[in-house]
Amino acid sequence: MKAPVKAFRIDVEAVSSFLPSRALRGWHGILLLALLLTSLAIATAHAQSGGGTGPQSPLATLIEWIPFILRGFLLNLGMSFLAMAIATVLGIGLGLLQLSRTRFLSVPAWLVTHLFRNSPWLVILFVVMLLVPFELQLPGGGTFVMSDWLKATFAFSLPVMANLSEIVRGAIVSIPKGQWESAESLAFTHGQTLRWIILPQCVKRAIPPWMNWYALLAMATPMASILGVREAVGNAQAAMEAAGARPELLVPFYLFLLLLFFAYIYPISIWTRMIERKYAVES
Amino acid sequence: MPSNPEISPHRAAPANWTPDMPLVSIKDVHKSFGKLEVLRGVSLDVKKGEVVCIIGPSGSGKSTLIRCINGLNDIQKGSILVEGQEVNDPKLDKLALRKKVGIVFQQYNLFPHKTALENVMMAPVKVLKEPRREVEERARALIAKVRLSGKEDVYPGHLSGGQQQRVAIARSLAMRPDVMLFDEVTAALDPETVKEVLLTIKELAAEGMTCILVTHEMGFAREVADHVYFTDRGVIVEHGPPEELFTKAKDERTQRFLSQIF
Repeated sequence: MKAPVKAFRIDVEAVSSFLPSRALRGWHGILLLALLLTSLAIATAHAQSGGGTGPQSPLATLIEWIPFILRGFLLNLGMSFLAMAIATVLGIGLGLLQLSRTRFLSVPAWLVTHLFRNSPWLVILFVVMLLVPFELQLPGGGTFVMSDWLKATFAFSLPVMANLSEIVRGAIVSIPKGQWESAESLAFTHGQTLRWIILPQCVKRAIPPWMNWYALLAMATPMASILGVREAVGNAQAAMEAAGARPELLVPFYLFLLLLFFAYIYPISIWTRMIERKYAVES
Repeated sequence: MPSNPEISPHRAAPANWTPDMPLVSIKDVHKSFGKLEVLRGVSLDVKKGEVVCIIGPSGSGKSTLIRCINGLNDIQKGSILVEGQEVNDPKLDKLALRKKVGIVFQQYNLFPHKTALENVMMAPVKVLKEPRREVEERARALIAKVRLSGKEDVYPGHLSGGQQQRVAIARSLAMRPDVMLFDEVTAALDPETVKEVLLTIKELAAEGMTCILVTHEMGFAREVADHVYFTDRGVIVEHGPPEELFTKAKDERTQRFLSQIF
């Protein structure tokens, strides 16, 4: 009975040496990108030689539609930037409110944080789509049109906001009590301590998880296609439709989307690891 | 706009306090953490320029007492006057108190994201809004005074414990306090760096700074202190000039404590 138990043990040293060094290397991403470009080049050559009669080959069709898909991808990027900006501002505020000494503030902040942290993003997306009106009446008298992509952006910002709220809260709590005490005895007020001493120390700790959540957010933006937002996936689907909805188009189109997102997200995750390691060494 | 009569200049001590009166006057102070009574009626006076050491076994309430003096811990009963200002007062002007009282902690508590110089400059610039250039000049002089010239731009993480502690002393002095509290400032240090910190404190005392130290460095207490208090279980058991207390302790608890140390 002894041997199997041993077999299931995790070799801690192997795990720690495997994770940062072998699994995440910049050249892996470049390799995959090169693979993508090569396959596209082959496909182009194939399409050019095959021309004339009959329907276009799936790869040729894909190449024809790539600019259209990439235009959609710009919307994915735009949505992810805007949603991250909203999530960061709201998340920091919510994180601070969670730590408020006034229960009137901390309890609602805690509730909002945990509500959005523990719900599926897709459900949040539907709820926002249904609850946020199409037009907002501005106090000045004008109207602001809430287009679908804007609503989706707001919806994606909510779960990220909630997770950033927890990151901010955790970072503040992790600062040793002595920092507060020495600041207090140097006559810093509570707000000054937070502004000049605590939050600057939190930034370093919070940057890697913040980037992680950005990556998750960027990967979630295609969900907006379900609601008709014309981002990369939505455009790819529209393109397949326009090209005759042939089933053989599905695999190349979705593989392309996979590689497209991977090529964007993977460098971010490598960068996050690098920053994480740098800070780990420094402290 | 009429000036608010309630806002007085920070430096002005209450009219009823004169420099010949005790700078710090502690009377019958009681302090509990929940059910645990840590201070059970402590009284002591510290005159201007005096160096007072508080010694005693761990958990005797020494650190709590010193932290009460600058209002980091509140007290349940009794009175603590610093230059005639009551610390145990809900309407206490904390800024005024903390300008008068500096404290140095066992764990240094330097701000790790700021250089040594920035650590020293921060409170005068950000809190007192003093001109940057003036503060910088003073801060550099203070860093030189604690023998750390050349380390101005180094971050605390790259300084030894003893060096960090001396930056902490300089940081406290930058507020130009009238009394300095030292809460076991050498307890976390390597033996070889203890000396340099004690030297800094000794120089400070020689310059006439009023100092209250909680310490386990009996040799140092004996050499530097004007008056030594022995505390045990929340009360002052006995006190006196160091020569008297260290050689002719009357109380059996003091004798036992000192015999364990020496």
